[in-house]
Amino acid sequence: MANEISSALPAGGMIVEAGNSKKYKTGEWRAQRPEVDKEKCTNCLTCWIYCPDNSVKVENEKMVGFKYSHCKGCGICANQCPAKAITMKEEGVE
Amino acid sequence: MSEPMAVNGDMAIALAWKQIDPDVVAAYPITPQTIIVEAFSDFVANGEVNTEYVCAESEHSALTICVGASAAGARVATATASAGLAFMWEMLYISASMKVPIVMAVANRTLSGPINIHCDHSDAMGGRDSGWLQLFGENVQEAYDNTLIGFRIAEDMRVRLPIMTCIDGFIITHALERFEILDDDVVKKYVGPFQAVRPLLDVKNPTTYGPLAMPDYYYELKYQVQASMDASIDVAREAMADFEKISGRKYDLVEGYRTEDAEYVMVAMGSTAGTMRFVVDQLRAQGKKVGAVKVRMFRPFPAADMAKFLEGKKAVAVMDRAMSPGTGSPLYMDVLESVSRIKNPPRVNDYVYGLGGRDLIPGQLTTIFEEIMSGKGERVNFMGVRK
Repeated sequence: MANEISSALPAGGMIVEAGNSKKYKTGEWRAQRPEVDKEKCTNCLTCWIYCPDNSVKVENEKMVGFKYSHCKGCGICANQCPAKAITMKEEGVE
Repeated sequence: MSEPMAVNGDMAIALAWKQIDPDVVAAYPITPQTIIVEAFSDFVANGEVNTEYVCAESEHSALTICVGASAAGARVATATASAGLAFMWEMLYISASMKVPIVMAVANRTLSGPINIHCDHSDAMGGRDSGWLQLFGENVQEAYDNTLIGFRIAEDMRVRLPIMTCIDGFIITHALERFEILDDDVVKKYVGPFQAVRPLLDVKNPTTYGPLAMPDYYYELKYQVQASMDASIDVAREAMADFEKISGRKYDLVEGYRTEDAEYVMVAMGSTAGTMRFVVDQLRAQGKKVGAVKVRMFRPFPAADMAKFLEGKKAVAVMDRAMSPGTGSPLYMDVLESVSRIKNPPRVNDYVYGLGGRDLIPGQLTTIFEEIMSGKGERVNFMGVRK
């Protein structure tokens, strides 16, 4: 929960810092979390192409996991994965 | 000081705008406001002002354009009435919450239905809770004076809220009255230059206006409107005190007439205030202890001022030119809240009147005074309706 008092906020809630949406961790909205099985993954990067939040991590042209700070858990990656290597797991459940 | 003129209330507002020369006016014509934007568009066409005049395709668009222009750093004015104001409803709340100091003339006209173009305050009452400041003028002179005062209050850095300057449709908008205009330079000096807050056109300091706010911020941003409303009480007093210095006309948020030793008081807004004082004088001549209170500023409601005028009175009649079917009318509710601050408050009766332009005649107010003086009358009364 935010803690700034009313008078400390910019008038009318205007945003006075360009590009600050990076600080807004939309990953907190997530109900389901994508997980990748690297045994099945072919590194085709279809998930990286489809992800609407730029939350698929790629290193040296290999898919290496997810950036959970901004992944909203939409499940598009799991739905598109041709190798069925991504599964959606309930958040808050072991 | 220029020679007195004979103009109608709409023209008086157009003349005030001409002297202030706003950067942007965006409007859509609607009776009985149309004369304002017609006259002003003539000033634009004749090169008498530097205003960018935008003919919008609707009132919803007109106020949206005003919001954008104000956020871009412009001084902005517009005008509307009735259904036009209702069509702005969504943008009323947005503009107040974005804290853009738009000045809007409202030519009070009833709301449909049945469709009717004449005066009552139903339209402005729809904006009562939006976060707009609201001033009501009694006559042509006050249509002009409240416009100048309105710019000062709305644009003050301690306030920064939009404001409605309201006048009674037809009764004031279309009636010719004696009118004194101030000199251009006096008006310019009184209103002062417009100060922008984070204007959108400042590309070196990019700003987003009107982003969403989730449950963790919405309430605090709404409270900013309340804080501005609170601050506007003192700002309005200053603006009116300074206005007296340039015009000699003394105004207050709430104004009493022969109330000091009065036992029975009538409260009203708009053109009825003059009729009310006329009736008070008649009854005073007969030895009746009566007085009148005129509300100039309706939002924020100056409850403490109202309570001062009504303390120690026996009974109060509130004249409401709007109704809230199923409960008391808006002005009555605010007066009740005000007297609840007094020990042994007076009895307060609500009188709904003048809906859809129904004439008010002095004898009706005399009857209401007689009713409250004899302890009669319901809590909420519908004056003159054929039940």
